[in-house]
Amino acid sequence: MRTTKTTILVVDDDMDYLFQVKLKLEQSGYRVVTADSQKEAETLLEKTKPDLAILDLMMENEDSGFILSYKIKKRYPDVPVIIATAVAAETGITFDINDENNRKWIKADQFLEKGIRSDLLISEIERLLSEKNV
Amino acid sequence: MSTLKILVVDDEPGIRSGVGRILRGFRVDYPFMEEAYDFEVFEASTGEAGIEIIDNNRPDIVLLDNKLPGIQGVEVLEYVRKKNYNIIVVMITSYASLELAVKATSDGAYDFIPKPFTPQELRSSIENITKKVFLRTMANKLQVTGKQIRFQFLSVLSHELKAPLNAIDGYLKIAREHQLGDKIEEYDAILDRSLERIKGMRTLILDLLDLTKVESGKAKRDITQVDICQVVKTAIDTMQPYSIQRDVKVNLHCPGSLIMCADADELEIIFNNLISNAIKYNKDSGVVDCYIAEEEKNILITVQDTGIGMTEPEMGKLFQDFVRIKNEKTKNIAGSGLGLSIVKKLTENYGGVIKVSSVPDQGSTFVVTLPNAKPCT
Repeated sequence: MRTTKTTILVVDDDMDYLFQVKLKLEQSGYRVVTADSQKEAETLLEKTKPDLAILDLMMENEDSGFILSYKIKKRYPDVPVIIATAVAAETGITFDINDENNRKWIKADQFLEKGIRSDLLISEIERLLSEKNV
Repeated sequence: MSTLKILVVDDEPGIRSGVGRILRGFRVDYPFMEEAYDFEVFEASTGEAGIEIIDNNRPDIVLLDNKLPGIQGVEVLEYVRKKNYNIIVVMITSYASLELAVKATSDGAYDFIPKPFTPQELRSSIENITKKVFLRTMANKLQVTGKQIRFQFLSVLSHELKAPLNAIDGYLKIAREHQLGDKIEEYDAILDRSLERIKGMRTLILDLLDLTKVESGKAKRDITQVDICQVVKTAIDTMQPYSIQRDVKVNLHCPGSLIMCADADELEIIFNNLISNAIKYNKDSGVVDCYIAEEEKNILITVQDTGIGMTEPEMGKLFQDFVRIKNEKTKNIAGSGLGLSIVKKLTENYGGVIKVSSVPDQGSTFVVTLPNAKPCT
């Protein structure tokens, strides 16, 4: 298994989502740090460098996820960022992260549906982490 | 420049060519319009030919003579109405058939131009119709905007309803798979959270019902003489378990009784929202003061708290649907984000206004001013 624990930062203003994702990730052997707002995450990022970040899109600002993602990439360009949101499905807004134009302004590596099955979330995390280590 | 299509249906060639001549180069332009209108004239000598042009070219305006060789003008009018075409029909009739013009107008003709007419008469009539076409176009545009707002509302709503379901779903799966071990106590916290989310969802649904009533239920409003002091007392009593739990004291300052014409249920919704907010966003051992007063022809409702307060930008967003002020101080406070938007809509239904003033960490004051129109109508 892993020798040093991989740290994942999860940021979401829904405390229940935060609890559940934390539990799932810990069961899969990750170390998890959480923040429940964009502001708290920003403070936390000054001291900690996670190996990967999972961000909610809408928190105290409608685009908190984008802002955070931008700030993470600026400070730690090698940290993969997943934006997990429930917004896309209902509004019909879809962001194709692999689209050239979107990549320019959305600094995230992956977009995921919030209701995604935990095994899919884990495999997505594994994929991003292994790409990073190549 | 926008071009309106005008169809002239008349068996007299002189009238048809006359209309064409009068409207050639004629423009209607008002400062309030986005663009000027000019006109393209089509001609038909019979009702049958007119209908063909109506079907194929969809004119905006039809100038219609009634006495035609085949089918009559009123039959063309009826055809347009049955097809639900968005066409403004104007009857061209001689004074002798005034009665017919009246009937045509009640059958859906917009106007009539008596024959013979001067170029000036025709132009001024066309000018009026153009204004109407412009207004209709604007109204359609506004309706589309309304639909977009509706769509946005529903998207946010479905998001707000899905979030608690996802949370509860997640907790149930944790319990189902015994992820927290075999001790039943280990599950207490997640069960409490699930119950809390269900409660939040129920509040949201109740608020939605209030909102639906406010937006659509005008027919059911029951406007009577209501003692507003009594309504506030009831609201404070309803809220008592909550205020005791939060250790917040709610004071009522009312001049004994104050009668106004209103729907008691609607007033109660206003008070319930304002007072529960004043308790919810208060500090422990805080105070809420409700002042009811009559000032000239208005009823003044003031709800003042000693709570966490708000910043200017936060106040700006306060009355929108689903907007909740998110910061350190509010993160553990639940709410649907609909309460104040409901209060605002209700207040506006009475022709009133709601204002808020606030100082962070000192408290907020909401003032609702309702015109007191006596007697009740």
